[in-house]
Amino acid sequence: MGIHVIKMPDIGEGIAEVELVAWNIDVGDSVVEDQPLATLLLRIARDADLGIAARIEVEGAGNADAPAPAVAKTAPLPPVTPAARAAARTAMTAPPATKHAAPAASESTVRPPGDKPIASPAVRRRAWDLGIELRYVSGSGTAGRITHEDLDAYAAQQVALGHAANAGSPARAYASGTGYAEGHDEEAVPVIGLRRKIAQKMQESKRRIPHFTYVEEIDVTELDASRTRLNDTRGAQRGRLSILPFLMRAMVLALRDFPQINARYDDEAAVLTRYGAVHIGIATQTEGGLMVPVVRHAEARDLWSSAAEIARLAEAARSGRATREELSGSTITISSLGALGGVVSTPVINHPEVAIVGVNRMVLRPMMRGGTVVARQMMNLSSSFDHRVIDGLHAAEFIQAVRKLLECPATLFVE
Amino acid sequence: MKNHTTKLLVIGGGPGGYVAAIRAAQLGIATTLVEGEHLGGTCLNIGCIPSRAWIHAAEAFEKVRHYAADSPLGIRVESPSIDLAQTLRWKDGIVARLTTGVAALLKKNGVQVIKGWATIVDGKTIEVVSDGKDTELLRIGCEHMLLAPGSQAVELPTLPFGGPVISATEALSPPSLPKHLVVVGGGYIGLELGTAYRKLGAEVTVVEALERILPAYDEELVKPVAVSLRRLGVELRLGSTVLGVGAQGKGLRVRDAQGEEFELAADRILVAVGRRPRTGGFNLESLQLDLNGRAIKIDDQCRTSMRGVWAIGDVTGEPMLAHRAMAQGEMVAEIIAGRRRQFTPAAIPAVCFTDPEIVVVGQTPDDAAQAGLDCLHAQFPFAANSRAMTLESTDGFVRVVARRDNHLIVGWQAVGRGVSELCTAFSQSLEMGARLEDVAATIHAHPTLGEAVQEAALRALGHALHI
Repeated sequence: MGIHVIKMPDIGEGIAEVELVAWNIDVGDSVVEDQPLATLLLRIARDADLGIAARIEVEGAGNADAPAPAVAKTAPLPPVTPAARAAARTAMTAPPATKHAAPAASESTVRPPGDKPIASPAVRRRAWDLGIELRYVSGSGTAGRITHEDLDAYAAQQVALGHAANAGSPARAYASGTGYAEGHDEEAVPVIGLRRKIAQKMQESKRRIPHFTYVEEIDVTELDASRTRLNDTRGAQRGRLSILPFLMRAMVLALRDFPQINARYDDEAAVLTRYGAVHIGIATQTEGGLMVPVVRHAEARDLWSSAAEIARLAEAARSGRATREELSGSTITISSLGALGGVVSTPVINHPEVAIVGVNRMVLRPMMRGGTVVARQMMNLSSSFDHRVIDGLHAAEFIQAVRKLLECPATLFVE
Repeated sequence: MKNHTTKLLVIGGGPGGYVAAIRAAQLGIATTLVEGEHLGGTCLNIGCIPSRAWIHAAEAFEKVRHYAADSPLGIRVESPSIDLAQTLRWKDGIVARLTTGVAALLKKNGVQVIKGWATIVDGKTIEVVSDGKDTELLRIGCEHMLLAPGSQAVELPTLPFGGPVISATEALSPPSLPKHLVVVGGGYIGLELGTAYRKLGAEVTVVEALERILPAYDEELVKPVAVSLRRLGVELRLGSTVLGVGAQGKGLRVRDAQGEEFELAADRILVAVGRRPRTGGFNLESLQLDLNGRAIKIDDQCRTSMRGVWAIGDVTGEPMLAHRAMAQGEMVAEIIAGRRRQFTPAAIPAVCFTDPEIVVVGQTPDDAAQAGLDCLHAQFPFAANSRAMTLESTDGFVRVVARRDNHLIVGWQAVGRGVSELCTAFSQSLEMGARLEDVAATIHAHPTLGEAVQEAALRALGHALHI
């Protein structure tokens, strides 16, 4: 059957770079027509927004009835460009005739991570006596079996490194050993795909923007009561509300007086663009990492419309179906970890925006009200601002406006 | 009240308890062992040892009768008979020799043995009521308490022990041979004893609620045993529920899989439906230890949820095997002596002394698949082993299970006459981390059953020589 080279197809105009993020097949796998072989990440020229994961499928790789070819792959894979065209280094080879022959055991002595170490009872016992965890010791024997000599070598290495307490004589190990072994393994994890995208975005934001973070505590007792009442009476028909739609509504109202906060700052052109629309980015954790889908025109949405949109976008982002439009164009961002929100956070601004509102955990605290201590539902907002274009006073006034709105929920619905 | 203090107090003188006590004493720990009945526990007195003796006697008798019925070996025997009273004396002699041996070992190593039943006061104190003339209460304080009270036969609510209804204990010391024995429970204890009774000449019926015998073992392993039971004339009633003793206080009322109720003839009924941890009757509940089902919950060092209180053996649950308890006991003694130990064996072998015997060590192909391991397995039949032919026992096979990627052996199973002795090789290969190539390249003596072990490994590698 020979080697079958699959070239990176021309994805389309404006693609600057294609990165191979993951293989969907393994060496020795049979492939059929229309089967996804690999997951690629496309970088679109002149667009710094989050990348889109795309799948490429191979054409003409044979049909299902024909003897299926096996795929051999090479790794690791550097980014490839369509210009080079020799991008995908996928080669197809005929499957070896292994059907009746004995399977060949790998002679590798490297134990896959997580595998139980293989060692004789005597070696195990000596390792316990020496206070050495066998999972840190590499085995030189067949199938990665740890021998007495491997243990000696590891112990000697520990002594050389100055960890004599755990690796010296058993007596000393008992006397001063903690019973915990030191870990000396390391694993190089390539930062690729979405993770690389996030890293670049974060670095860009922190390098360019002088952040300052302002924290205020909000009494959300009444807000939470209203929310619970709405959920009890209308939750079944219209969907349940979290605290986020209320916060979005408060931000929409407060931003009317602080248009410089609902903005994007192009520092190279020295232009701050203010927006009439409030497009709120919602920082969302996905399996691949952080994504920021955008609730468009929050100013034109009621509580349930916002809630439904947040839920829809979060699902789209997590399932990888979010479109580029849904992942870009926000004018301000909310970061919330719900019950994991902690007491204070220092959110990183979603560049080129100028503000981000962080939601901390809601918690029942004793508060002074009218000279007595009462239990109140308290929640902190930790918000970061771009100090180049927003003064501390204005940031504080904006957050105080949000606080007043949230503490008196009725005002949220007064125009 | 008399007082006594010790560093290590062992409750229970079974295989786990006495081994722990001996090892602790060897390591210089002041050790006291409390046993209410006989040293040696279930294993030596009413379990492994007497049942093996009983099975051996039955096998020997059956062999002679087999020869009497026109043996192909040319041996001629005239109407053999068995003197059951003498058989029991011989069996009891072995038990006595072993239990006295245990007592001597304990004494030699300086363990203080106290006869009497322990009642727990708290995690550091027990009281012992001696069953002798001395009725004074003895209070024992300790630094470490090791619980090794063992297990007891499970009683069926519909069939309480007493009269014709007996447990394995009574079945190993019968006053006479019953004409018809019904065994309730098709597990290893029921089948081992049922087979022995059949070989001694009793009519034997086994009643099992499940649709198969030996449900703990896979079908392939059980098949030769089922064939042999049929050949011996042991009647199997599978999928049948026990309702109670028959109308005249004899016989057993049973409902079969079709829902039909009838009475099985029986002048003795052996209930062997399992064993459960002995956690009642000595105020153990007052310690409020964490449990794992009915068993005491332990970690990989046999520590219970209470500091300074340890538990080993059957009371800690399955697998309820003497050799597990012994290994645990030895380990606990060494930990108390300040050594670093863990109970992390590669495998705990399990042997079923039916005819033929079954051995399971490590993972079966099903176990491995469930654990997500990509394994290959191969078996070599005794029908192709010359030694098995000379022993007139070509039923069964040896099976090996190994990882496909590096050929590390993860399990051995065998069924056949005498395979219990192959267990040593199986366990050792697992503990040493042997690969198929290691066993395949080891010279195994000819002609022995062990050659089947090597051939199974060779077969897994795709080049068996004798099949």
